[in-house]
Amino acid sequence: MLPKQEVVAMLLAGGQGSRLGVLTKSLAKPAVPYGGKYRIIDFPLSNCVNSGIECVGVLTQYQPLELNEYIGNGQPWDLDSTSAGVRVLPPFQRSRKSDWYKGTANAIYQNIPYIERYNPEYVIVLSGDHIYKMDYSKMIAFHKEKKADCTIAEIEVPMEEACRFGILNTNGDGSIYEFDEKPKQPRSNQASMGIYVFTWSKLRKYLEADEADPKSSNDFGKDVLPAMLNAGERMFAYPFEGYWKDVGTIDSLWESNMDLLNPKIPLDLSEEKWKIYCRNPVMPPHYISKDAKVQNSLIAEGGNVCGTVDFAVLFSGVYIAPGAVVRDSIIMPNTRIEEGAVVQYAIVAENCVIGKNTVVGRRPEDMENKDDWGVAVIGDGCVIPPDTVVPPKAMIDREQLGKEVGNNARK
Amino acid sequence: MRGNDVLGLIFSNLHEESVRELTENRTMGSVPFGGRYCLIDFPLSNMVNSGINKVGVLTKSHYQSLMDHLGSGKAWDLSRKREGLFLLPPFETEFENGNSRIESLSSVQSFLENSKEEYVLLTDSDVVCNIDFSAVLAFHVEHQSDITLVCRRGTIPGKLTDPAVCITGPDGRVSDLLINPRAEGECCFSMNMMLIRRELLMRLVADCVSRNRYDFKRDLLQRNVGSYRVFAYEFRGFAKAICSGVAYFEANMALMEPGVRAQLFDPSRPIYTKVRDDMPARYGLGASVSNSLVADGCVIEGEVRNSVLFRGVHVGKNTVVENCIILQDSVIRSDSHLNYVIADKKVLIKDGRSLFGFQSYPVYIAKGSAV
Repeated sequence: MLPKQEVVAMLLAGGQGSRLGVLTKSLAKPAVPYGGKYRIIDFPLSNCVNSGIECVGVLTQYQPLELNEYIGNGQPWDLDSTSAGVRVLPPFQRSRKSDWYKGTANAIYQNIPYIERYNPEYVIVLSGDHIYKMDYSKMIAFHKEKKADCTIAEIEVPMEEACRFGILNTNGDGSIYEFDEKPKQPRSNQASMGIYVFTWSKLRKYLEADEADPKSSNDFGKDVLPAMLNAGERMFAYPFEGYWKDVGTIDSLWESNMDLLNPKIPLDLSEEKWKIYCRNPVMPPHYISKDAKVQNSLIAEGGNVCGTVDFAVLFSGVYIAPGAVVRDSIIMPNTRIEEGAVVQYAIVAENCVIGKNTVVGRRPEDMENKDDWGVAVIGDGCVIPPDTVVPPKAMIDREQLGKEVGNNARK
Repeated sequence: MRGNDVLGLIFSNLHEESVRELTENRTMGSVPFGGRYCLIDFPLSNMVNSGINKVGVLTKSHYQSLMDHLGSGKAWDLSRKREGLFLLPPFETEFENGNSRIESLSSVQSFLENSKEEYVLLTDSDVVCNIDFSAVLAFHVEHQSDITLVCRRGTIPGKLTDPAVCITGPDGRVSDLLINPRAEGECCFSMNMMLIRRELLMRLVADCVSRNRYDFKRDLLQRNVGSYRVFAYEFRGFAKAICSGVAYFEANMALMEPGVRAQLFDPSRPIYTKVRDDMPARYGLGASVSNSLVADGCVIEGEVRNSVLFRGVHVGKNTVVENCIILQDSVIRSDSHLNYVIADKKVLIKDGRSLFGFQSYPVYIAKGSAV
């Protein structure tokens, strides 16, 4: 019997994140690199450990190799304790009725035995798609104070964007009377952050009922939460203030990286009392050469910068050759930008080479038709030949690149 | 490499008098270097990369910073169930005030006895280099050597304490060992690293102690050159001994050379250090940086030239930092100008200060002081 844990966190990390295109082709979304040295999953994991939650189950399903390797024994997040810590929970075979995770609720349902081992009072359900720093212990205190069965974290979003979120409509005391999933005419701008605290005994009952219902899609947002609301359970919205960003799309991932460069946005990731932990690369400090120009940027260790860098996030081990220009872009680990190349408004994934004098992306102000503009994305391991033009909004991966180079060779 | 056959031993306190300011509150091994490292990271990583999985660190005094840095040895993958890292503070006090290798070795006699490795690799922590010790072992075995001294050929760096010069035959066998000779021009001098069979080391140490002789180089090495097969293994890569304040400064500045960085931080033999979980370095509007090494956690809003900035250094607006080594968490506020300054950890330079040293004499600012 393991020591009792008051709270067990379940982190949903199985989604494909298809809107991130080539970036998640061979990588689960929570493992997508962010902010020069982090990955998205560092945020919920660090938040857990900083909130005093020592028991985290990570539910994986899509392309789990790199994510599993990254989480390892959990030591970088101080989650390698013997009795609790982080556990990777893939779907598995049983003597009967084995299945993939059919939905978010089903993923938790399949892991009821894992949760029961710790005999918890509360379960907090998290997702691996957001950049934010949050003290979950305050939310759990709120849940207790309200004697709630379910508490959902909410954040104020601009009214005009409310239609993209799940909206919570609440009474004066914070209790929820209605969910509005991506409403055309939102009645409030309180968006759900996808963070749920449940009283475990209640949740377990609803998960079992949901599993027994053949018509259910086994999803928290679509099935379990509405069922709880209809049955009149005590459901509350917990207001959160601070930085929170969904990084599920190319644009929002790019924006959120750029937010780190904005001194007006309070997102200090090495703040002593709420550090974001990650698996650190073993590399020397980065070197800025005599002729390099670097401003408004974030640069990780191991890099060699000889060119011009402005409004850029450079991950570890990146090389920027003399005469190369990188602006308004994100360059992921161990990528080389060769001489004379210009990279603007782009995300270049790991281990790429951008050949000499190649141009990637464009500034929106240089475009005649603004609708054609967008962030250019280059998937991991691409070697872009010299003198190539990669247009804005382009999305290139290795296979596609191989075909194109093949076509050119035939011509 | 048959790593299990070699026990690593690192002397963390020797040579402290060469960089007196930096070692006032720390061991030689914990002197910060190269933006994020401590000197001991080099011998320790070299050993681990060569397959050695048992390392003893001999300390004598003020080793708190060293223990803090090493922790359980996790960062070097030396926190292991079998073998791993052993901190060896003095626990026998029959020796009054000495800091010699023989006294240290004699005081860890039981550790040596209880180890099962055939060989012992001894090293000081004052030399910065990336060396493959498995090549030293192969050389040792090939030459049927009793004692192999790792040497470099060149002119002896000024102020190196008691350099040991090897007079060698064509096969590398040492016929004579001269200590602190009047050497002019190139010679083959010891890097204070040596490989020896464990049994032989214990015997030679006991022999010295029984004769009340405590000078490692004169009594243990020099006197035995005739009676044992002593060989010099020549190391040809980049190496820099931290034998004076100026040498410390120069060794840090040498990292600006791409060739030096490529050798010292060879990705196939990485130098490990304690992790600090800082954010990547942030460059503000108006930042201007050239020919510098910058570690994680730095925030730069001013001008930085020819400098090494350690983790968590802040450089304020309109401030110029040139030819400086700024250690961890130091803050230089706005409108200041620093040239040839070594600022220790957590130094605060307030607004509008000017501090100038000179190439041959960099100004040193003590840990935690405010200017």
